[in-house]
Amino acid sequence: MAAPDRPNGRAVEFFEEVGRSTVRGVEQFGYGATLFWQTFYWLFMGRARQQRVRMAPIFAEAMEAGIRAIPIIAILSMTIGIMLALQGIHALKSFGAEHQVVLGVALGITREFAPLITGILVAGRSGSALAARLATMTISQEIDALRSMGIDPVRFLVVPAMLAMAVMVPTLVIMADFVALLGAGLYIAPEIDITMAAYIDQTLAAISVDDVLHGVSKSAIFGVLITIVGIVDGSSVTGGAEGVGRVTTAAVVHGISAIVLTDMVFVFAATR
Amino acid sequence: MSEATPAAAERSDDADIVIGVRDLVTHYGDRKILDGIDMDIRRGEIMVIMGGSGSGKSTLLRHLIRLERKTSGTIELLGREVDDMSDYEFYAFCRKLGVAFQGGALFSSMTVGENVMLPLREHTKLDQTTMEIMVRMKLEVVDLAIAETLMPAELSGGMIKRAALARAIVMDPTLLFCDEPSAGLDPVVSSALDELILRLRDAMGMTIVVVTHELESAFRIADRITVLDRGKILAIGTVDEVRNSKNDRIQALLTRRFEEEELDAEEYIRRLVGDKQNV
Repeated sequence: MAAPDRPNGRAVEFFEEVGRSTVRGVEQFGYGATLFWQTFYWLFMGRARQQRVRMAPIFAEAMEAGIRAIPIIAILSMTIGIMLALQGIHALKSFGAEHQVVLGVALGITREFAPLITGILVAGRSGSALAARLATMTISQEIDALRSMGIDPVRFLVVPAMLAMAVMVPTLVIMADFVALLGAGLYIAPEIDITMAAYIDQTLAAISVDDVLHGVSKSAIFGVLITIVGIVDGSSVTGGAEGVGRVTTAAVVHGISAIVLTDMVFVFAATR
Repeated sequence: MSEATPAAAERSDDADIVIGVRDLVTHYGDRKILDGIDMDIRRGEIMVIMGGSGSGKSTLLRHLIRLERKTSGTIELLGREVDDMSDYEFYAFCRKLGVAFQGGALFSSMTVGENVMLPLREHTKLDQTTMEIMVRMKLEVVDLAIAETLMPAELSGGMIKRAALARAIVMDPTLLFCDEPSAGLDPVVSSALDELILRLRDAMGMTIVVVTHELESAFRIADRITVLDRGKILAIGTVDEVRNSKNDRIQALLTRRFEEEELDAEEYIRRLVGDKQNV
């Protein structure tokens, strides 16, 4: 028996897909918000509910997401610092204002580049790992096993990751600030014929505590976002190994997108 | 043996009933997966739930341990309706339950010993030495003492199942649920696991629910068997009652013809080509 042709079949399918994607997006947003709320709940109520948040997994997550990321973040921060110095001097030379490069580079690094580069690297490194771990645990019934043992998966898996990220990403940003400014200084000082001490003086005069806090505070939000995106994408896995790969890729894309969008909103709000 | 509405006939005021399921219905989307399940499981018995692929046996198990939410009906474990409990109440209640999953569901980042110790660490205030002793005792019970420091990836299929069983019994649960404990194992290992389940029942007095499609294993360990087919209970009875059942579907299951549905040619071709062509 033949199926009846639907009028405007492709248009209907398109709108159905748009509708499905919208519903899925709203669901995932809601799930993310729930995870955020539950993290606070377990953090403060865990002991009373006999579901204590333990320190060991928090340190383990901090080690993995923070300490082990130091080398790559240091290398890239140094590179970004030097690159900004190169571009800054090149652009300002045409106005004869290359001595002003320190101001632009210092503000650019502390307010924007260090938090953004660190956030993107952590999303690519730890956000993807978190999604892959959650997806694998979901497929192999480890999440079911936790529930059946009376262990809340959010308290056991999400809270340590979120706390570690919220602390370690800002810490990495502070380190990235120092390394990037050092890298920029190594190029700028000889290029505009000043001493390193003079470069440091100019840098300290150019930036305020507010500038550093601007970058550091938004990076804490990035850390929370990376965790939520990783968990939401990871737990949405379907299928086997292919599904794990798919959600891992999605976690990186969604994590970086969330960071850049949040950054824009944060900058807009902070500079009004 | 009871058939059609089996547990209804058996229902009694038996105080020994530790698991009671009444008119359990569940849907995945529009599909009805479990249709009016009605069963009682008594203290200290081994109840085997068996059926072909897609019969709903694993779904029933997931409902019993509240990993799935039902559409309607009631499920009582140890006299408490599972869906009436809050999450926190259920987490505390889970200390009385042990679950051994089909694939083991061991945490790959932990050693076997750490896996078995996890429920103790999370639910008790025992010191490390006591927990280690208890873990070794449970690993001895499942003949896996040598594997305490091994990672799950280093274990064979049978060892994974035994490690999962050790983790499931480490809190000395009242109810033990096993999902396909002997699936994918060779007959010798499968038989050893069956012996282990019997030993657990006899030595620890547990009530054990086993989901399996392995007939030999089911007949070896069961006190009673529930036969599921297409989400409905075909029969509940002792091993002999099920073996001697006159029900065609049960006999088909016993002779391994359960999966072969009777289809007419037109229906078969429609399944193959979908609704896209005239057939």
